[in-house]
Amino acid sequence: MKRLIMYGLLIILTFNVLTTTLYAEESAPPPAKAISASEVQKHADFVWTLVAAFLVFFMQAGFAMVEAGFTRAKNAVNIIMKNMMDMSMGALAFWAIGFGLMFGVTKTGWFGTTGFFLNDFARDGDPWTLAFWMFQVVFCATAATIVSGAMAERTKFVAYLAYSVVISALIYPVFGSWAWGSLYKGSGWLEGLGFIDFAGSTVVHSVGGWAALAGAIVIGPRIGKYVDGKARAIPGHNITLAALGVFILWFGWYGFNPGSTTAANTDIAIIAVNTTLSAAAGAVGAMVTSWLMFKKPDASMTLNGVLAGLVGITAGCANVLPGSAVLIGLIAGGIVVLSVIFIDQVLKIDDPVGAVSVHGVCGAWGTLAAGLFNAGGVTLKIIGVQLLGIVACFLWVFPTAFILFKLLKATMGLRISKEEELEGLDVGEHGIEAYPDFQIHPEAKGVRI
Amino acid sequence: MKKIEAIIKPFKLDEVKDALSGMGIQGMTVTEVKGFGRQKGQKEVYRGTEYEVQFLPKIKIEIVVPEDMVKQVIEKIIATANTGNIGDGKIFEIPVDEAYRIRTGEKGRDAL
Repeated sequence: MKRLIMYGLLIILTFNVLTTTLYAEESAPPPAKAISASEVQKHADFVWTLVAAFLVFFMQAGFAMVEAGFTRAKNAVNIIMKNMMDMSMGALAFWAIGFGLMFGVTKTGWFGTTGFFLNDFARDGDPWTLAFWMFQVVFCATAATIVSGAMAERTKFVAYLAYSVVISALIYPVFGSWAWGSLYKGSGWLEGLGFIDFAGSTVVHSVGGWAALAGAIVIGPRIGKYVDGKARAIPGHNITLAALGVFILWFGWYGFNPGSTTAANTDIAIIAVNTTLSAAAGAVGAMVTSWLMFKKPDASMTLNGVLAGLVGITAGCANVLPGSAVLIGLIAGGIVVLSVIFIDQVLKIDDPVGAVSVHGVCGAWGTLAAGLFNAGGVTLKIIGVQLLGIVACFLWVFPTAFILFKLLKATMGLRISKEEELEGLDVGEHGIEAYPDFQIHPEAKGVRI
Repeated sequence: MKKIEAIIKPFKLDEVKDALSGMGIQGMTVTEVKGFGRQKGQKEVYRGTEYEVQFLPKIKIEIVVPEDMVKQVIEKIIATANTGNIGDGKIFEIPVDEAYRIRTGEKGRDAL
């Protein structure tokens, strides 16, 4: 213990010495000069990119609320901790390793090799590095947090922490470098072919969705989800909270899509309009589909429909016309309901929040749609490259995530004990209940266990 | 002295309370409860899967009244809590040995 404190003090001291020497050379501010139009534009680009990054950051709150609302009260603290920590661990991992792999200089087009620990930013360096990093780190966190919902209510917390580091440091950045590397210092093989994924239907959402699929398969369904081979409902504890989460996500998406210009220009208008129309159409598509299938307009499916529309338009938000955005959203809303039912009742994979359908399946749909509805015209080559990107994403993410979860299962263990699962992860993993003053009515859930 | 326990639909509580107050009942105890009878719960659908909610929310009213009011009170509750549909609830009549008012120590009819 004493040694630890000594080392700690030593580190702090070195840090102090370093920073004081760095800043000792600080001189008087330069005399004021006229600001050129290009400088104004540059500042506007910074402001827009950073404000958009902050909006995307707030999507973490949206994910947390959606996931907490769609699961049982006894696991709410665990959901909150997972969402808090995949952002926090993920940001550190992306800073240390991920950003360099995704946007560093590359010789092969498969991953970057410079810029780890933000080390290509020195004092007086180009602050764009920082603004760009800030925008990218929240995208990485979005991909990472998608998995939380699919593996909710049964995953060991420590295993989830380990997963967060690996997806943020490795799985997400490597695929990202293929499609987006040239946005900074890299140049990926996939973007070289003309792959269209403006804000990340594939790069962010499918990556998260396919990792979620691998996780849900490896960990298996929750106790009581499948009885005698039949799917049973395990209703979420707070649809109000889930709806708040979806509204927050929709709001945050105005940073996600329009912000992906990383420039203050006039393109953000059509991107914002497309994003709005597709989300709205996604809600309508899912509501109508669920109404026809279950005789009632299902709230949780409609909420998923909004997200499906948003994920669906993310790839093509800058290159399709508003009418196409409506179609893309409508179809995404229909797809998400069918996909949830198919995964839940036919494949019998337990995904409590529908993450695989919303992000994986609708991410793939959105990527294809970005080619199909391309305002500049469609060719077989465009469609082919879009399909190649979709397949490449699955072939990279699903196997690596599958192996990762198998490894975690074999080493630290992936799943909590049966007793803990029944009692709830809040007490077992975190020693605290989310609602100690509330009366929980397990008998109201329709599930006896 | 009798205790009347009435299990009723939650939205009927105000009506029943007003009707009983109107006939001079000065106190009652109300609890939120859950249960099922012949109605056997109800079917709900969550994300495409149908499930049965076996215990439905009800309100339990407990009133202790002197013998001569028992019939009147029960009739009043039946008249006001009735909707004619399944799930309207049940009333139980239970003998009570004695009642005490904690503040004054009064007992019997004076304590009610």
